[in-house]
Amino acid sequence: MTSVQRFARFVAGSIRSALTGPVQYWAWIGFLLLLIASGVLAYLDQLTVGLAMTAMRDQVSWGFYIGNFTFMVGVAAAAVILVIPAYVYHWKPIREIAIFGELLAVSSIVICILLVMVDIGRPERFWHMMPLIGHLNFPRSLLAWDMMVLNLYLLLNLVVVVHILYRTWCGRAYSKAFVVPLVLFSIPAAIGIHTVTAFLYNGLSARPYWNASILAPQFLASAFSSGPAILLVVLQVLRRFTRFEIRDEALWKIGELMAYAVFLNLFLHGAEAFKEYYSGTEHLLYTRYWFQGLDGHRTLVPYAWAAVSLNLLALFLLIMPATRRNVITLNIGCLATYAGCYIEKGMGLIIPGFTPSTLGEIYEYSPTWIEVRVAAGAFAVGFLVFTALLRVAVPILLGESRLEPAQQPVPAVPTPVLAAPAPQVQL
Amino acid sequence: MENDPPKATRREFATCAAAAAAGFLMTACGPRRLHEVPRKQLQQMVRDMEREYSQKYGEQVTVSDAGPMADVLFAYALDISRCIGCRRCVYACVEENNQSRDPQVQWIRVLQMDKEHGIDFEHADPYYQPDQVPEDGHFYVPVACQHCRNAPCTKVCPTGATWTEKDGIVVIDYDWCIGCRCCMAACPYGARQFNWRQPSIPEGELNPSMHYLGNRPRPRGVVEKCTFCIQRVRAGRYPACVEVCPVGARKFGNLLDPDSEIRYIIDHKRVMVLKKELNTMPKFFYFYGT
Repeated sequence: MTSVQRFARFVAGSIRSALTGPVQYWAWIGFLLLLIASGVLAYLDQLTVGLAMTAMRDQVSWGFYIGNFTFMVGVAAAAVILVIPAYVYHWKPIREIAIFGELLAVSSIVICILLVMVDIGRPERFWHMMPLIGHLNFPRSLLAWDMMVLNLYLLLNLVVVVHILYRTWCGRAYSKAFVVPLVLFSIPAAIGIHTVTAFLYNGLSARPYWNASILAPQFLASAFSSGPAILLVVLQVLRRFTRFEIRDEALWKIGELMAYAVFLNLFLHGAEAFKEYYSGTEHLLYTRYWFQGLDGHRTLVPYAWAAVSLNLLALFLLIMPATRRNVITLNIGCLATYAGCYIEKGMGLIIPGFTPSTLGEIYEYSPTWIEVRVAAGAFAVGFLVFTALLRVAVPILLGESRLEPAQQPVPAVPTPVLAAPAPQVQL
Repeated sequence: MENDPPKATRREFATCAAAAAAGFLMTACGPRRLHEVPRKQLQQMVRDMEREYSQKYGEQVTVSDAGPMADVLFAYALDISRCIGCRRCVYACVEENNQSRDPQVQWIRVLQMDKEHGIDFEHADPYYQPDQVPEDGHFYVPVACQHCRNAPCTKVCPTGATWTEKDGIVVIDYDWCIGCRCCMAACPYGARQFNWRQPSIPEGELNPSMHYLGNRPRPRGVVEKCTFCIQRVRAGRYPACVEVCPVGARKFGNLLDPDSEIRYIIDHKRVMVLKKELNTMPKFFYFYGT
C-alpha cells in the first residue's frame, strides 16, 4: 500500500468516525446544526438588507462580531500555554493533552475567520485582500497582518495535528524532527496572532481607549486566562465520557497557570485604570463610560463590574490550592474566568473604544438579535469542527482506531501518546 | 516533409498553454483597482460607468476621469468666527455628491459648541435644532474629511482601496472597498460614513456630472466621504459647500500657489487644525477671520 493510499484510508476512516456516534453525540450535533441554521437565516437577512440589521452605526462602527472575534483570537492563541511546557520541558501530564489545545486553536481560528467575514460589508469582495489576485496592503495595514498570521497559525496547527494523528493511527511515533520545530515556531506564532490583533486597535491614535501600549500585554494575559478555561472543561468532559486518561495533576497545573494569567490580567487592567483616573485627562471619558457611565448612559456599567467581579472570583478560586483541587470550585473558577474575559475583552474593549465617538457623540450600542444569532451560528460552526475533530482524534489517541495490523508499516515504534488496548468508547 | 515545421512536443505545448492561461488570467484579473489601472483602461471603465448610470437613472450621466493637475495641492480653510451653523453646506454637499437621502448620509457634520468650553468635542452637539441660528453662547464647527497629509485611514486599509491623490485629495475606490470599516475606526474626525443599507436618491435629484473617484453612486456596504468635490475642483470650480455658504466662511484653494487666498489666510490669520496632537497634518484649516 502506498503512502497516498494509506493517507486516503486515514481520511476516509476519520470521516467515518466523525459520522458515527451514540445518541448524545447526534443530539449535540443536531443542536449545533440548529444554531447554524438560525445563524444562516439571520445572515441572509443581513445580506439582503445590509449591515443596518445590526446595531452598528457610523458612531460605533464595530460591535458584537469584532468583539467576539477579538476574544476568540485569544482563545486560539492560548493553545500555546499547553504546548510550551509539553514540548519544551517534556512535562508529561500536559504533553498528552497538548494536542487538544491545538485542536481548540484550529476551531477557534475557524470562528475568528467567520466572524470577520460576517462583519464586512462586501463579503463577495473578500478576494480583494488576497495577494496576487487582489491587493493586500502589506505591511502597512494591520488587518492585512492579522489575516496573514491567522491563516498561517491555522495551517501550522492543522499540519501538526494531522501529522501526529496520522502517525499515531499508523502505529508510529510522530517525527520529532518535523513536529518539534513547528511546535517551537507555533509559540511565537500564537503570541504573534494576539499581539497583531491587539495592534489592530492599539495603532489607532483616533481611539485613546485602545491607544495604550498596555493593550497587547493585557490581550495576552486575558487570552492565557480564558483559553485554558475552555480547555479545562473540555478535558473533564473527555475524561468523563471516554476512556481517555487525564490525570488530576494536569488539570491542577493548568488551573495554577490560569491563576497567574488571571492575576496578570487584573493587574494590567488596574494599572491602566490607575493611569486614566489619576491623571484624569480628556481620555478618561472612555474608561468612565465603561465603569461609571456618561451623562446617564449606563448600558455597559453592569457588565464592567460583572467582569471585574468574575475575574476576582476566578483569581481567588484558582490561586487557593484547596479550591483549585476541588472539582466544583475549579469549574466555577473556569466559568468565571471565561465569562469575565469574554465580557471585558469582547464588548468591554470594542464599545468603549467608540463611545463617545471621535466627535464626542454618545451612541449606546447594544447588539440586535440578528447579530447575536449570526455570531452564535459562527460559534456553532467552530464547535462543530471541534466536536468532529475530537471524535476523530480521541479514538486514534486511545489506540481504538488503527490501521489494520497486516497493513502496518514495519518499524512499529511504540506510540508516544497513549497506546491502550481497544475496547468500546463509552460515550 | 523535411520542410514541415517541427511538431510541438508535449512539453512545448504545455508551456504554451500555461503561458496562455496565465496571460488570460492576468488580463481578466488584471489591475482593476482604480488606483493602478492604466490610463487607457481607465477611459474604458469610465465609459462603462457612464453607460451603467445613464441606464439606471434614466438621464445622461457624465463621469470625468480628470487626474490631478501639476503643481496643485488642494487645501481648505473655514472661518469659525463667521460660521452661523445654518447647515446649508451639509445639504448642498448631499445634492452635489449624490449622497443617499434615505437612509441619510451626510459628509459634513456641523457641531454646535459652547463658547464657555471652546473647541471641545465632549461638549459638542451635532443635533441642535433651534428655530434660528446662530444661538447665543454657541459657535459652530463644521467637520468633514480633513484630507490629512499623514492620513490614518489610508494606512489601515487592508486592500489599498483608499489613498491620497497627487493633488492631496483622499479618495476611495467604491468598487474595491470590502467594507471592513478599519478606516472609520482610524479616522479621528468621524469623517467616513458607511452605507449600512442600500443608498437611494429620488428620481430627478441625481447630479449627473460625476467623477470616477467622487460623487458617482455608491453601492451598499462600502465607505464614503468628502472628496473636496473632486468633480468640481479638478475642473477649476469651487466645492459646492464653498459656493453655498451664505456668510463666506469657507475658503478653498491651491496650497502651492503663493498668491492664493488659502495661502493669504495661513500667512495672516490665526489658523489651527483639529486634534493637532495626533499629527495627522490636515489640509483642512480652521481660522478666526475677525
